[in-house]
This record gives sequence, structure tokens and C-alpha cells, in this order.
Amino acid sequence: MIGFWESILLTVITAATPLLIAALGELIVEKSGVLNLGVEGMMAVGASTGFAVATLTDSSSIGVLAGIAAGMALSLIFALVTLGFAANQVAAGLALTILGLGLAGLIGAKFVGTSRIAIPPIHIPGLSDLPGIGKLVFGQSPFFYLSVVLAVGVAWFLRRTRAGLSLRSIGENHASAHALGLKVLRTRLLAILFGGACAGLAGAYLSLVYTPFWSPGMTAGRGWIALALVVFASWLPLRVFLGAYLFGAATILQMHAQAASMGLPSQALSAFPYIATIVALVLISMRRVGATPAPGSLGTAFVPPR
Amino acid sequence: MRLELIPRSDVSSLQRTLAPLWAILIALLMGGLIVAFLGRSPLAAFKVYFLEPLTDPWALQELAVKATPLIIIATGLVYCFRANLWNIGAEGQLIVGAIFGSIVPLATVGMESTPWVLPVALLLGALGGALYGSIPAFLRVRFGVSEILVSLMLVYVAELTLDYLVRGPWRDPKGFNFPTTPNFESFALLPNLASEGRLHAGIIIALLCAAVTWFVLNRTLFGFGIRVAGEAPRAARFSGFNANRMTIAAFMISGGLAGLAGIVEVTGQIGQLKPAISGGLGFTAIIVAYLGRLHPVGIVFGAFVIALTVYGGEAAQITLKLPLDLTRTFQGILLFCVLAADALTTYKLRIVRGLHA
Repeated sequence: MIGFWESILLTVITAATPLLIAALGELIVEKSGVLNLGVEGMMAVGASTGFAVATLTDSSSIGVLAGIAAGMALSLIFALVTLGFAANQVAAGLALTILGLGLAGLIGAKFVGTSRIAIPPIHIPGLSDLPGIGKLVFGQSPFFYLSVVLAVGVAWFLRRTRAGLSLRSIGENHASAHALGLKVLRTRLLAILFGGACAGLAGAYLSLVYTPFWSPGMTAGRGWIALALVVFASWLPLRVFLGAYLFGAATILQMHAQAASMGLPSQALSAFPYIATIVALVLISMRRVGATPAPGSLGTAFVPPR
Repeated sequence: MRLELIPRSDVSSLQRTLAPLWAILIALLMGGLIVAFLGRSPLAAFKVYFLEPLTDPWALQELAVKATPLIIIATGLVYCFRANLWNIGAEGQLIVGAIFGSIVPLATVGMESTPWVLPVALLLGALGGALYGSIPAFLRVRFGVSEILVSLMLVYVAELTLDYLVRGPWRDPKGFNFPTTPNFESFALLPNLASEGRLHAGIIIALLCAAVTWFVLNRTLFGFGIRVAGEAPRAARFSGFNANRMTIAAFMISGGLAGLAGIVEVTGQIGQLKPAISGGLGFTAIIVAYLGRLHPVGIVFGAFVIALTVYGGEAAQITLKLPLDLTRTFQGILLFCVLAADALTTYKLRIVRGLHA
């Protein structure tokens, strides 16, 4: 039997996982000095492509891969315009969002109203059946384990590897990094592609595990919330993890309050996650002493001097 | 192989003006490819999207009606974007403007004709948008919070607030349970300009906004400050422009105009509040602002081009069964092309074969 708290925790994990995956991708992008605001669009395309391909091939795993590929393909357009043409990153990110939401609609149009069986959680005989923590620790969706590995991996990569150090220094000051012989544009391209892959994966999770169907507008601002999480976490991977779970908890809290109908209008409760995001951003900036922890070159284009 | 950008020494204003036209051309080709991919004839789509609306007088009016809110919002966005401030929540400011502006028209439903209702509604609409727009500006100035994220989150809050109002306290009791407010009285509506068709006085307001914005940006100290803040922030600081005040002012103007656009939409063509009054105008206006190269005159043209895609998209949905998402996809492609074209006027592009760097 699943206890009340255990079931709440399980739903928190389901709500937090896509945010965590998308935010970790964006974290790497921003650490390299690029601000890609198109997460929402890449997520939407990942969700619709993932669902469409999974339905057509009748394989959820191929669907997930397709979602990742779709997110990467979109991020490649962004990379071409912002790195190749040194265009404004904010505007290009918005273009990516608009394009992504439109494309997602086109790709998913034929699949509205159909649903699939969700990718099942892992079951390890014995361990998953342990009372209390069994299902929580050993019986989650494979995406959950992937997101944890991703969080630890990203933290390790940034802190402990040479490539991570290069990426961080490129993000802090691209001119100095270039002078040191680091490959600014190549690193940024790879970072953007990684961000696209993560956003696409998060989207595929939504349509293949979370719902599991495709409907237009199903990302519901999650891409934007992932962006907010990166800021909220002061660009630290393990804090992104924490933030995603706090946010997942806020979403679930709101859903339970909705069900319990505490006399508040349902719209006020639906608005709660967005207001909570704003409040969290304000609180985190109030606590901050001194310089902002944002990467120094964040959002500025780099044109190699000749 | 890699791309190399070489700064151009002299860029004529003609080149800058032509850049968006090239962008439109390229975007059209890409859009055609997508239409072909969807299994339809790109030529037929082109005809429905872009030619038929331009040859039909009724459609021309409709284009002006659709361009009106886009012009108003995009001219407002210019104040922010030129100053390197990123207000991407115009959609929310538009909705709050529509809510604020509807207070008096709703309170006067069923009353005798009064001439002041409409001007008060428009003013309150602008005020509502300005106040809503000041929130991200204030949080940025006071706490250093990203205005991008706050202005965007507030869009969702505004949508839900409107939804609550039209389903709850403001719902028309005689409205058969539809989530709409009562219809405004005719004196609370913007007058029609033509005896037939839907063209309303909003287009005059829009053109006025563009003209005033041109004047402010080019002929006033404030406008100069906005441009300096965007192009040379250090210079702006040294020359004594107060960056904080500038941020709040730019956001309030831009929010105010978005709010004005909201109430113009409501009093000009909707005539009541309902759960969805905008359908993304606040986001589409961002494309318009860039397509118009952040210049008021360019924006008027840009708004008509985008209005054409919206109108053509609706027509194509009916006659060719092309999905509406195609329009959005095209707009996204167009914005990418505009940004790339901008880069190509500033830089010369050279393809370098080789391994280094």
C-alpha cells in the first residue's frame, strides 16, 4: 500500500523531472555565455516529435530519441543565427520559441486526441517491493534516474573536468578565453546542442510519460520556468536540482489545493507556480551580496577578432 | 569549414532598409518548402496568403484592423528594446490594460450615452498596462531580478486573472452561462471609420502612437537617453542619465501602449471581455518590432506584413485546410531571417575553409 506522503512525493518527482532535465541543459548553455530563451519551443517540439515518432514506430524509446534529435535540430538553428551571424540572443531565443511552438503544432496535428501507454517505471524485483522507500528509490521512471545522473554529471563536468573549466571561462570572459586559445564558438555550439538535447528530452518525457499524449500548449510555460530555475539556482547544478523539486512541490501543492477547493478561485491556484517563481527570483536576489553570479559574458555575442 | 564575420565599414541606410525585405523573401521560400512538405502547392498557398488579401478592399480593411494592435504594442516595445531592456510580457500588459479599461464601460452598461466613457476607458487601459509593466522594471531596478523572466511569468498571471473575472464576478448574468461580460454600450466603443466593414478608429490611434514615438526618439532628450542607454550604456552613465529611472520609464511606456492596444482591441472590435482576447498579439508584436528594425515607420509596414500572414493564415485554413500553426511557424522563421539579415548588413560573411580556430 502506498502511503499518502509517499504518493505525494512520487507526484512531486514526476513534476520536477522535466524541469530538472531542461534546466540542466540550459545551465550548461548559460555557463558557456549563451542565453537561449527558446527552451519552451524546443521542449514543445521534443514533446510533439517524440509522441509522433513513438506512435508511428510504436516504440517509446525511438520516440524519446526523436524528441532529443528534434530539440537539437532546433537549437542548431539558434546556434547558426547567434554564433554564425552574431545575432541578438534574446531576440533569437524568442524566435526559437515562436518557431518551436508553431512547428510542434504542425508535427503533432495528426496525433491530437490519441494517447499511448506511458513508459513504465522501473521494477527491480525485491528492492522495489521494500516497504517505505522501495518504490521511491528503486521503482521510478527511468527518466528520474537519468535526471539524477545528469545533475551529478553536469556538476562534476563543470567542477572537475578540464573541458568544464574551459566552458566556464568562455562564459565568464570570451575575449580572454579566445586569447588563451580556447575555441569559443565551437564550445558554445556544443553547449547549445546539449541544451537542445535536454529540452527535447524533457519534452519527450512530458508527452511519453507525464501525460502521456500530445496536445498543443502542453508545455504550459515549463520551458520558461526551467530558465527561471537556472537563475534561481545561481547557476549551480545541485541547486537546480533543489529548485526543480521545490517547484515540483509547489505545482503538486497547487493541484491538491485545487482538488480540495479551499474556497480560492481555481485561477488563483493555477497562477501560484508563476507567482512563486517571481517571489523566488526576488528572494534569491535579495539574499545575494555583491556581484551577480551570472556568467560574465552571458547573452553577448562573440565575433572573433581577426 | 567555418563562417567568418567581417565588420562592414560603411552601411548605407538603403541597405538597412532593404535587409528586412530580403528576410521576407528568404522566409517566404522556406515557408513554401514547409507547405510543399505538408503536401500542398506552395503557389496556391502564396496566392491565398499574400495576393488575395491585397486585391480585396474588404480584406484591406481587415488588415488594418489586425495591424492596429500590433503597431501600438510594437511602438511601445521600441522604447524597451532600444534601451536594451527586454520586455517580453507585452501580452500580459495588454490583458491587464483590457481589464482596467473595461471597468468604466462595464459600469455604464445600460446607462444613457455619455461622451467621456470611451476616453476614460482608453486612459485607464493605458494606465493598467503601465502599472503592470512597471512591476518587472521595479523588480529589476530594486533587486536586480531578470525582467525577461518576470515579465513573462506575469503573462500567465494576467491570463488567469482575466479568466477568473469573465467566469466569475464580471460574467454577464444574462449571458446563458457563457464566460463573457455584457456587451459594452455603443458609446463605449471606438467608432467605425467606414460605413461598411470593420475598420475602426483604432488605426488612427496606432498611427499617432508611431508618429509620437518617432518624435520622442529622435527629437527629445528622453529619446536620446533611451538610445544611448542601449547603444553605449557606459556613455549614458557618464553623461548623467539615470539608468534606473530610464528603465522604469521605458517599461511603463511600453506597458502603457500594450495596455492601450488591449483596450483598443476590446472597444474597437470585440465589444466585451472574454477569456481569450489577444491570442498572442503581445508576442507577435515582438516580431513586428524587429521586422520594422525598431523604427516607428518600419513598424507600421512590419505590422501590415504580419497582419497579412495572420489574415492569409485564416483564409488558408478555410480554403486550403492549412493549419494555423503554419502561420506561427512562418513568423518564427521570419524573425530568424530578419535577425540574420540584420547581421549581414553589419558584417560581411566569409566562408573560410581550414581547420584553425
